[in-house]
Amino acid sequence: MNEHTSKQFDVEMEGIRSGVLLMGGLVETQISRAIAALESPDVDLIDAVATDELAINQMQVDLDQQCSQIIAKRQPTAIDLRMVLTVVKVVNELERIGDEIKKIAYKAQQMQRPERLSSVRFHEIIRAAKLAEVNLQLALDAFARLDVKAAAQVISDDEAIDAAFLAILRQLISYMMEDPRTITPALEIVFIAKSIERIGDHAKNIAENVVHVVKGKDVRHATAEQIRAEVAE
Amino acid sequence: MNFEAVAAKAEKHDASAPPAPPKMAIKDLDFFYGKFQGLKDINLDIAERRVTAFIGPSGCGKSTLLRTLNRMYSLYPGQRAVGEIMFNGANILDPGTDLNMLRARVGMVFQKPTPFPMSIYDNIAFGVRLYENLSQRQMDERVEWALVKAAMWQEAKDKLKQSGMALSGGQQQRLCIARAVAVKPEVLLLDEPTSALDPISTAKIEELISELKADYTIAIVTHNMQQAARVSDFTAYMYLGELIEFSATDEIFIKPKRKETEDYITGRFG
Repeated sequence: MNEHTSKQFDVEMEGIRSGVLLMGGLVETQISRAIAALESPDVDLIDAVATDELAINQMQVDLDQQCSQIIAKRQPTAIDLRMVLTVVKVVNELERIGDEIKKIAYKAQQMQRPERLSSVRFHEIIRAAKLAEVNLQLALDAFARLDVKAAAQVISDDEAIDAAFLAILRQLISYMMEDPRTITPALEIVFIAKSIERIGDHAKNIAENVVHVVKGKDVRHATAEQIRAEVAE
Repeated sequence: MNFEAVAAKAEKHDASAPPAPPKMAIKDLDFFYGKFQGLKDINLDIAERRVTAFIGPSGCGKSTLLRTLNRMYSLYPGQRAVGEIMFNGANILDPGTDLNMLRARVGMVFQKPTPFPMSIYDNIAFGVRLYENLSQRQMDERVEWALVKAAMWQEAKDKLKQSGMALSGGQQQRLCIARAVAVKPEVLLLDEPTSALDPISTAKIEELISELKADYTIAIVTHNMQQAARVSDFTAYMYLGELIEFSATDEIFIKPKRKETEDYITGRFG
């Protein structure tokens, strides 16, 4: 894309774009800390996740403010308008991912108590969390490079995360039916699994926004197949 | 709304063909200032009772195109148009066209307000007298009607005998619109009608445009892209005498088809 006649406009657009990447980088760090906390619970890690969340919230407020300024000062159109609107939405998705990660970390802390850990294993949960982590990275890459093929991949891959969530749910239901004493820890794991599934959905939303920036088509309610066809054009 | 429905709606919105019938149909139009070709092979329909905006950088031919629509250029020697502009079943470029009648049906408002050095009342009555023989009462009604149409009546009704030159710039421009409307044209051509006005007068003229399109077909040239986005139904982007893109305004400012258009409207030009 060529530069704007107004260089300051370019600076402002680059400011929100790199702001999203910075925020995304922090969310990536936060999710890897939360996964580490699931693998081996550590109070410092959990504190760090909570601190990250506060920084992410502040970035959301700052970036929204920058976007409002651009709209007020520049009245962006076409690709610029789509980009500013997308940044507002992506920032919102990232903030919610931050919230979900914090929930996961707090649950991981609760799960530390040995009598709870004994009944249900974390293996599947960690696998699903890593799928969500990879998909979030791919979504942020797609945004950074405005790569619609990568975005379509994120949208397709979210199905694997949804499937993992359902598998975990089924497994936990059978544990709970076999031994009612597992109900309390199993429910905590359900909450973790639900948070992971939501992170996958937010990553997918980011990817859909990338398609909107590049193609100008709103694919939020399209099927993965329709999106692949759209991207291939 | 599902994806197919959205896509179908977008398809329906496609304005390569504005709603039929067009009020004016421009076909294979070339325009020359002496040897210099100002317009190249323009094909465009001006939709009836809609606002069509022409945008583009200085010298792109947008004002030239507007001036062909009522043959304003015929006032200047050495300027000529070749091609076809169909209006009410006839090609207005034909030598036999009655230019006075054409300009009564295709009115024009210019960038700078151009009130005549006479009273507000006479500014409006002047053009009407050329074409119609009205009684005093009928003329009074016509003047009031035109001023109401131009959203000027409340401000002007108590000073109809005062000079039009004493009005503010925004009021003068609305007076010019009232004068153009008074002869009951079918098409109104607006050549940067608000570029010399303050934001409030501009907003009033824009409001007026959206009201006038219920009765008139409007073509507007504007340097203010947000204005084109606000007031028009269709937008034509022109560059170096060529029509680069013509689409529904809703589309052109969100997702233009041509990269040249996108560069221009997003301020990446030059």
